[in-house]
Amino acid sequence: MIADIQTFFRHLADSGINLTIFYDAFDFDRFVKGLGNTLLLIVLSAFFSIIIGSAGAAVLTLGKGPATVVVRAYVALFRNTPLLVQMYFFYFAIGSIMPVSQNEIGLPVPLLGSFSWAVISLSLYSGAFNVETFRSGVGAVHNSYEEAALALGYSRAQAFISVTVPLALRFSFASLSNNLVDLTKATTVAYAVGVAELLYVSNQIWSDSLNTIEMMNVMLLIYLGLTGAVVFIINRVEAATHLPGFGLGVG
Amino acid sequence: MGDLNLFGRLLEWMPFLLKGFGLNILMSVLAITIGTTVGTFLGLGQLSSLRIVGWPSRLATQLFRNAPWLVLLFYCIFLMPYQVSIGGSVIVLPSWLRATIGFSFPVAANFSEIVRGAVNSVPRGQWEAAEALGYRRSATLFRIILPQCITRMIPPWMNLYALLLTATPLSVIVGVEEALGRTQAAVQAMSDSRMLIPIYLSLLAMFFIYTWPINRLSLMLERRFRTK
Repeated sequence: MIADIQTFFRHLADSGINLTIFYDAFDFDRFVKGLGNTLLLIVLSAFFSIIIGSAGAAVLTLGKGPATVVVRAYVALFRNTPLLVQMYFFYFAIGSIMPVSQNEIGLPVPLLGSFSWAVISLSLYSGAFNVETFRSGVGAVHNSYEEAALALGYSRAQAFISVTVPLALRFSFASLSNNLVDLTKATTVAYAVGVAELLYVSNQIWSDSLNTIEMMNVMLLIYLGLTGAVVFIINRVEAATHLPGFGLGVG
Repeated sequence: MGDLNLFGRLLEWMPFLLKGFGLNILMSVLAITIGTTVGTFLGLGQLSSLRIVGWPSRLATQLFRNAPWLVLLFYCIFLMPYQVSIGGSVIVLPSWLRATIGFSFPVAANFSEIVRGAVNSVPRGQWEAAEALGYRRSATLFRIILPQCITRMIPPWMNLYALLLTATPLSVIVGVEEALGRTQAAVQAMSDSRMLIPIYLSLLAMFFIYTWPINRLSLMLERRFRTK
């Protein structure tokens, strides 16, 4: 079966469409590793950015004074500066003052590698957008729900966590799926600090095998598939958490 | 004393960095101009009742909206000719110009969605009222619907511009010497690791000072138009 596929793509290569990844084991390995790194970047950054987003939104809603100022400043700073410059700032500037350990043969090993910095920087960038998303989700929940909870004897924090947040989440899905699509697209920026993600390995492959156009098209299709998958997953979560009679357009 | 020295060296390099930032602004202004023009046609195309116009416009919009900016940039850098000859005269396309064209694609697609969203946000009843008064579809669109859309399109358009400006440093990856590229060059020339944090911070500040007012203004306009 696999041999058949390989012969098919070898023949295809003879006719001008050279997709080395489907018949060359080395290129295939690199490509799969790159795809895996991209997926890992998406999943980890999405996870942390959602945590940052919810924490920030909670502070903006419940907190007052210096804490909200800090969150507002964080959102403004990360939304109004380029992700690439942020990543370089973390990787080169902050990375230069981080402690460096040594491995067994005495070579310096930085505490955080390029992959970790990419996850940190993507999470902080996407997290800033999620703060806004969740905050406006909280704003969309009508006051009467919180008042009802308070009347039932909930404290403000309890009412926020058990009543407002579950409802706010349902208002946030559209904007959240937008942010996560943007995050998926933004993982390509990790290329610049040398993370071996999809764009990076594709670049290596087309440099070696001189099949630039083919690899670019494959890569474009994969990214379109990934963004489609993100939208699909969020839609499924939205459908699964749907409350009858509650939502946009209904009471 | 040492801090003062660092600050002085930073100031020394500032004109060099600011010139690079000028290229960022130039690229963003060109790309937003091209993107807005193409995006207007794409957006109106999406609304067309002709299937042969509507379908390709929707496809192009979705394609360029969902593809990573960096991937589109790579397409333009690698697959575009270095020079074009029109009627015997040869026009060289420098990499910054090809990068600008690369940025125009996602901008056009995003603007296309802004146009479509703005037109769809006008209540359906206005189309019906115009039809009852004997307006043709195109006359309704251009004389009744679109004039109301302009104000609604300005805030998202400004956000799009801010997004575009913060995307322009990506062009450093394909070898354009803009602000980030010049920062890297300055870092290498100074070869002093103490300069890394101040110089990158000042680069971040440059972008922030330019982009933040645009986003604030857009938020203000959005609030004003909403209350009307």
